[in-house]
Amino acid sequence: MTEAEVIELIDSSLAEEFELDRKDMVPEANIYEDLGLDSLDTVDMVIVLEGAFAFKIREEEAVRAIRKLEDIHHFVLSKTGQNS
Amino acid sequence: MELNSVVVTGVGTISPLGNDFSQLLDGLIAGRSGVCEITELEQVGGLRSRLGAPVKGVDPKQIPRKFRRSMSNMSVYAYLASQQALSMADYPKGQLGSGDLGVVIGSTLGSTATSENFFKDYFRDYSLERMRTGLFFQMMGHSCAANVAQSLGITGRVFAPSAACATSSQAIGHAYEQIAMGRQQAILCGGSEEFHPLTVATFDIMHAASTNFNQQPEMTPRPFDKRRDGIVCGEGCGVLLLENKISAQQRGANILAEVIGFATASDTSSIASPDVGAMAGCMQLALQDAGLTANDIDYVNAHATGTDVGDIAEAEAIAQIFSTRVPVSSLKGHLGHTLAASGALELSGCIGMLQQQQLIGTLNLDQVDERCSGIAHLQQNCSQPVRTILKNNFAMGGINTTLILRSYLND
Repeated sequence: MTEAEVIELIDSSLAEEFELDRKDMVPEANIYEDLGLDSLDTVDMVIVLEGAFAFKIREEEAVRAIRKLEDIHHFVLSKTGQNS
Repeated sequence: MELNSVVVTGVGTISPLGNDFSQLLDGLIAGRSGVCEITELEQVGGLRSRLGAPVKGVDPKQIPRKFRRSMSNMSVYAYLASQQALSMADYPKGQLGSGDLGVVIGSTLGSTATSENFFKDYFRDYSLERMRTGLFFQMMGHSCAANVAQSLGITGRVFAPSAACATSSQAIGHAYEQIAMGRQQAILCGGSEEFHPLTVATFDIMHAASTNFNQQPEMTPRPFDKRRDGIVCGEGCGVLLLENKISAQQRGANILAEVIGFATASDTSSIASPDVGAMAGCMQLALQDAGLTANDIDYVNAHATGTDVGDIAEAEAIAQIFSTRVPVSSLKGHLGHTLAASGALELSGCIGMLQQQQLIGTLNLDQVDERCSGIAHLQQNCSQPVRTILKNNFAMGGINTTLILRSYLND
């Protein structure tokens, strides 16, 4: 999977789960303030990402630090070996 | 202690006959049936009934995702019906979070469909790792009441009675008593039900589901009829806005009717089979609560679901009190048995009868079963003065309920 493909899979998975408008999903978007997610959604977000990428991230400390969409991109890319 | 008078100021309905009160009433008066063939039932091994009375044309996506994620269909119906009731009552939005408004909305169970989907996935590998956070909120017993309160910002008392087919009658009765005692100024009350094959199966295994009319859905259920063969399960939601009569008058609300009596009592003769004396006793208790006698009642809206045993017992109980003096009908022939929603949906129909001064006859009652005789069966609609209505709902588990409704005269 290329980096662009990983990002596309992240964004499309989150857009479907949380009924987000893709035009709002800019990398710098704050997932709470700009995309309207809340604490329950972030739990579900982990499940969505685990399902999309077949990895386990629930216990990862880095997940709790996620604030922006690009944080998710970077985190997943690091997990999938495309980025650090 | 002086009790407050309680009035109905709003009605909201999602039903097999349409998705608001006017569609429900139009369908009832026109003698339409909400029953149809449910093809998915063919896939259930051993299930003989192929019928249901489903809700059609509801788009859950009209509800914001943040509220919808914790809702199964029953909560979607309850939310929409509650909105309708508040809108009809012109209830002030600013009062929703005042604490004066409560919610008493129940269901037979939490969402069976959600439970089924969860366990289907869970049994693949016994893993909880795919479990979404919204799941519990759809499966919990107070899902409808909590979702309505959360989504509409209602901060008063929230209760979720659960008594199968008597759920919404108990909810309305409970709300009536809460307002009468001054604990709340207003309450959204009723019940909601979502269709699931397991519900049909529950009745089918007890030989209480209709199975002889799978090819002619509109001919069943047949309350009190000689050819009746059981229940057809339906779904939907009925919600009434009950208010303290004085505060409703003070805010200039359009009052639709008064709730003047309620009784609920346990029949311990059997968990499944009704007892005539217990049914009659419940009706008498409601009359006492309203300070009325049988002579004050103009019409009885029966629970009558179309089962062999239940219809006979109810007819005998009604006959003991009213003989042939008072017209009796059931709305199950139109709506099927909407279970937890049935009390509120049928009481909504009764409010329509008060408004129209027209009684609605029992659909599919062509030939009265001799064992159900002794009461004045209403087989056709009938325009006549009607002021006071007695409404029964009886449930598995020996839960009997009776409500008494009166038209509002501004006196």
